[in-house]
Amino acid sequence: MRLTGAEILAHILIEQQATTIFGYPGGSVLPIYDALYNHRDTITHVLTAHEQGASHAADGYARATGKTGVVVATSGPGATNLVTGIATAFMDSVPMVAITGNVGSSLIGKDSFQEVYTMGITMPITKHNYMVQKIEDLAPTLRAAFRIAGSGRKGPVLVDITKDVQVAEYDFTPEPAFVEQKPPFTADEEIWEIVRYLGRSKRPLICFGGGVVSSGATAELYELVHKAQIPAVHTIMGTGVLSWDDPLNVGLAGMHGFVSSNQALEHADLILAIGFRFSDRVALNTHKWGKRASIVQIDIDPSEVNKNIKIDHAVVGDIQLILQKVLPMVEKTTHPVWVNEIAEWKKEDYQPAGSNTTLKPHQVIGVISELAGEDAVLVTDVGQHQMWAAQYCHRTQPRSFITSGGLGTMGFGYGAAIGAKMGVGARRVIHITGDGSFHMNMNEVCTAVSYNLPVVTVVLNNNVLGMVRQWQTDFYENRYSNTTLNRKTDYVKVAEGFGAAGYRATTLTELRDALEKALLADGPVWIEAVIDKDERVLPMIPGGGTIDDMIVE
Amino acid sequence: MAENKQVVSMLVDNNSGVLARVSSLFARKGFNIDSLTVSATDNEAISRITITTQGDTQTLSQILSQTGKLIEVQSVVALDGESSIQRELLLVKIAADEAMRSVIREVADIYKASVVDLSVDSMVVELTGKPSKIDGFLAVIEQYEILEMCRTGVTALARGNTILGGNMAEDIL
Repeated sequence: MRLTGAEILAHILIEQQATTIFGYPGGSVLPIYDALYNHRDTITHVLTAHEQGASHAADGYARATGKTGVVVATSGPGATNLVTGIATAFMDSVPMVAITGNVGSSLIGKDSFQEVYTMGITMPITKHNYMVQKIEDLAPTLRAAFRIAGSGRKGPVLVDITKDVQVAEYDFTPEPAFVEQKPPFTADEEIWEIVRYLGRSKRPLICFGGGVVSSGATAELYELVHKAQIPAVHTIMGTGVLSWDDPLNVGLAGMHGFVSSNQALEHADLILAIGFRFSDRVALNTHKWGKRASIVQIDIDPSEVNKNIKIDHAVVGDIQLILQKVLPMVEKTTHPVWVNEIAEWKKEDYQPAGSNTTLKPHQVIGVISELAGEDAVLVTDVGQHQMWAAQYCHRTQPRSFITSGGLGTMGFGYGAAIGAKMGVGARRVIHITGDGSFHMNMNEVCTAVSYNLPVVTVVLNNNVLGMVRQWQTDFYENRYSNTTLNRKTDYVKVAEGFGAAGYRATTLTELRDALEKALLADGPVWIEAVIDKDERVLPMIPGGGTIDDMIVE
Repeated sequence: MAENKQVVSMLVDNNSGVLARVSSLFARKGFNIDSLTVSATDNEAISRITITTQGDTQTLSQILSQTGKLIEVQSVVALDGESSIQRELLLVKIAADEAMRSVIREVADIYKASVVDLSVDSMVVELTGKPSKIDGFLAVIEQYEILEMCRTGVTALARGNTILGGNMAEDIL
């Protein structure tokens, strides 16, 4: 059939089963929005307050569902407003297709109204990007975008479509949706080498990250951990892959990881790194990290091998397929001495004191986790609240803890929570944020109100930029430069002004009451949870440090 | 680890922006580019980019694996001096009055360089060869007054039957 470029885009979205999309219209995407109007019964377009919110929503949708998130924006400022969201997705390997319009081909390069070189701006923050200036290239390019975003190491792909292409006509034939066919893993000798490393090890430790989630290898990882009784630590991106109360899940490692997790890394004689990229927030000191251990790595991306840490043996490929090969080769075994040693370190884990009269961060997260339940999706912003959430969120399944791990994007949370909610249906979505992050993109509440999305936001309000303040306390002699916010924002009134509901809690009982009401609401609710400005995230290993530098009080 | 000069050769899709993509990757990863050439190949859809860079083995391995991830890079390989032919072209304009002409000509003859332009006060000499040969010629010619010069940067092909085709990035891990 003969269709306009804009209609071809709509047909490809339907063909690729990307029928929930996020975006914001504008001059250079008018034909696209006209086509979306034709397909409004099939394609749900969520109109956000800001393109950045839309990009985070597409990201949150992808993280919560595993599907590719789609965002649409106009040229110029529309495209530049996507940049933070695309970079966030890129750093955490989230599959996303970003569609931008650009001015007509005859206006390209003439500094036309709302013209920017979107390709150039997004080149270093996308897995790949395209500019389509010929109608015959449009359908193949869009299909390639979905294929590239959703295969191998996933990531964002941007397609910039000039306005003339959107109105030009071309023949279109529907094709089946892209489904990733993982190339079979055949290098069995490399697997035997892993098995031999495991066989020689007395103190083996698995350190896993978000790659396990991307690969869908949760069940295989669980089986390996339990069959060979290998304790495991994880990065923030690996949260929920193993249940928090699994006795072999030592828990969060790295800068704000548990004492026990970091002790285990320090004393292991073998670290099996799975879908973990040795970031500077976990492998804090590349010369001393895992210094007693041989390091064996499983990752889909060959460029992650020997990037930050010298690897003894690497197997490159899909984690799930590799673990499926490893499992039958590994002997059922136990490491009781090592597991007991870790259990002893567990007793040394930092235990913050609770309170009945004021709100303590770990208790706030504890109540959220308890009342929201195992099935809920927790979405965070960035800062202290994010680390407290990571430490105490008690997740039991993957894709139930959504956070900007690599880029550390303040303002990520609300958009991402809206996207997640669009993806997970009846499951509860709780947005945990701080007063700093929340002020960046709280405007997205209007989106949640318009679409009647029961997203519960809990703002841990300490009136300061807590994480930066914590560093100023520890490393800058309490010189609190520009971190004392003391905003006069009345969260309850602002929520009500937007058409949402708001509560304020200063004690655990008040928080419990507010949260119980919020979880029954059929629209968005904010809860301001007031905490002290001097609460710190502990333990902490400073950047570049080792466990010997750990701050525990 | 020793810092070495390395020649990296890659076949890329002949699309607009592919050079920006490769150079942007080198910039953001902090890899050096000493010289870079882009040229046509026997396939009009494919171009060859040849980059000379510096780094230890680990850096070279990162360059190959990171470059290999670019969608428009079809294959990438490191070429060493022994198993590849590396050539560069030099044009150099030297101040030369009548008295100096024969002196410079003599040096040029020894290097098999040719005089390609002559004017009253200057001459332009062209030399093709291995980068080390060009370096050697320049070292001699530097004692005269060089008005302008340019080197094309290295272009290279593997010796023998080896043809750059498959993605070699995995082989170096």
